[in-house]
Amino acid sequence: MTNKIFTKEEWTKALQGLSDSYKVFVPVKDGDFHTFKPMNATKAPDFDFQNTRLSARSLVYPQAERMFEYSLDENDPEANIIKETPKDYSPQAIVGIRPCDAHGFKIVKPNFDNKEYRDPWWIQHFESTVLVGLGCNQPCSTCFCASVGGGPFNKDVLDVLIYDLGANFMVSGLTEKGEAFLSKAQGGKAADDAAVKQAEALATEAAKKVKADVPTDKLKDKVINDLFAAPFWQDVGFACLNCGTCTYLCPTCWCFDIQDEVLGKQGDRIRNWDSCMFPLFTLHGSGHNPRDQKFQRVRQRFMHKLKYYVDKYQGGVQCSGCGRCVRYCPVNIDIRQVAELMNNY
Amino acid sequence: MRGVPLQNPYLPYPVRIDKITTETTDKNLKTFRFVFLNPEDEKKFAYTPGQFAELSVPGKGEIPIGIASSPTEKGFVAFTVNKVGLVTNYMHNMKEGEIMGIRGPLGNWYPWEEMEGKNIVIVGGGFAFTTLRSSIVYMIQPENRARFKDISVVYGARNPGLLLYRDELAEWEKRDDINMHITVDGTDDPDWKYNVGFVPAITEKKITSADNAIAIVCGPPIMIKFTQPVLEKLGFPPERIILSLEMRMKCGIGICGRCNIGDKYVCKDGPVFSLAKLKQMPGEY
Repeated sequence: MTNKIFTKEEWTKALQGLSDSYKVFVPVKDGDFHTFKPMNATKAPDFDFQNTRLSARSLVYPQAERMFEYSLDENDPEANIIKETPKDYSPQAIVGIRPCDAHGFKIVKPNFDNKEYRDPWWIQHFESTVLVGLGCNQPCSTCFCASVGGGPFNKDVLDVLIYDLGANFMVSGLTEKGEAFLSKAQGGKAADDAAVKQAEALATEAAKKVKADVPTDKLKDKVINDLFAAPFWQDVGFACLNCGTCTYLCPTCWCFDIQDEVLGKQGDRIRNWDSCMFPLFTLHGSGHNPRDQKFQRVRQRFMHKLKYYVDKYQGGVQCSGCGRCVRYCPVNIDIRQVAELMNNY
Repeated sequence: MRGVPLQNPYLPYPVRIDKITTETTDKNLKTFRFVFLNPEDEKKFAYTPGQFAELSVPGKGEIPIGIASSPTEKGFVAFTVNKVGLVTNYMHNMKEGEIMGIRGPLGNWYPWEEMEGKNIVIVGGGFAFTTLRSSIVYMIQPENRARFKDISVVYGARNPGLLLYRDELAEWEKRDDINMHITVDGTDDPDWKYNVGFVPAITEKKITSADNAIAIVCGPPIMIKFTQPVLEKLGFPPERIILSLEMRMKCGIGICGRCNIGDKYVCKDGPVFSLAKLKQMPGEY
């Protein structure tokens, strides 16, 4: 494992150099929020943030992605034949991703890559991505990564981990992919023991600050239909607007829609993020809708994350504890409270 | 038993519409017979009765439809399509010879291994008879018929004009190795020679025993609701009542999340479920 020290200026310069070999995405301040943008000379990366408003999910699983293309031109001998859209899978790096958001990729992986079906686009985007995480010195009040198998400096899914030591970054290579990335970074020097100790102390301090007591331990022992019929769902969903914000911000939501779009005689088949909060999500052609009521859709979201996923994959809950849905819900629905209700039911 | 895994599971096979048959007098149901443009794709599309596929119309989208042909019918694959939405309305205006796509086969199938050596009771209503037609054609093939004991079929529609596959129904009526009980809710046709009455009532009258029998039920929710107690009264345990669910779907391979019920996806873990299994799942269908 390589540990290197960069001054913050050196690190920015190193990333500019790395842009020759990788598409480097970095957090930039955009209005009141931070967002991942491709590295360029005009806007400097800004690593002084709690978290980006949107998770980095779209860099592996775009919000709208071309799947196929076809010609509708009757003179074209290949008309109406659906073909794969060429894709660019050159290496990319997401620099500054928080460990919770990287953990999100691990959570969704069995959905896109399992022994029955493999999603070619998700897998190839994911495999071409280097996850260069930034540890959280100051977790937010809404963070609960440590309750769901993560932590503010969790290395699980990361290829590289950055420690913010104040004036300097300590950058650690964690995987072969990460070491390869780091070996191409210009500048910096080997970290001494003092820096490593400082980094470890930061991680220990941060771990104490993050909420680690959201209960999920008993969820796996519950019976699906018991939880489904629990009396609290009307209350949980009472204030919900079905706006879908929670599902779009979530690093572990994966539902999508497939639509055809046509311009002139050229068409594309596209997949777009979708949300179980919307009644159209389940509306049948016949007009029948198995989840036509708001509380049913709210129940679906929580049951899927905290029970169905738990039973299906036997690897914990479908939540990385980033806290976005808690922070941005316009009516303050709090997954931590719902987890407690379900776990203690 | 699943077909060969597809390289890109979302990529449809190109097919040509070989034949279109209008099935019902209201013209809302048409059967499309497709031929694969690349003959090797037909082998890759090896299916089992009860499975479905995504019919893929470039520029319009995809729809999940049960396979109405039987794997014993070679050289084509057929689907009966009800005119309800964007894609199906467009398809109803398509012509023989046009090119589109099909993607599959998808989902599980009727429990054929379990059905061997048993009496088979098929209960169908309206346009949900498609995968049941596939199953009947499959079972009555000379090479398969001996694997099953008595085959009884109760099939009903609102009126005679809404029954699917009427020519075949008439042929099956003539056979002595399958007991057909065709019925309509009502008719003013004086020459109607079959039953009149709702499917659950005819089932109660015609099916006399659940001994060594397995029942497959496909139809509108109201028919299923009233058929279930009839079968239970006859002595069918929930493990031997087999249902096929309908659900809004997109990917068809358990990834897009849309048809999720409990820890199951209707598209991948279904569409075929026993009543026993369904009772363990939330009733969101």
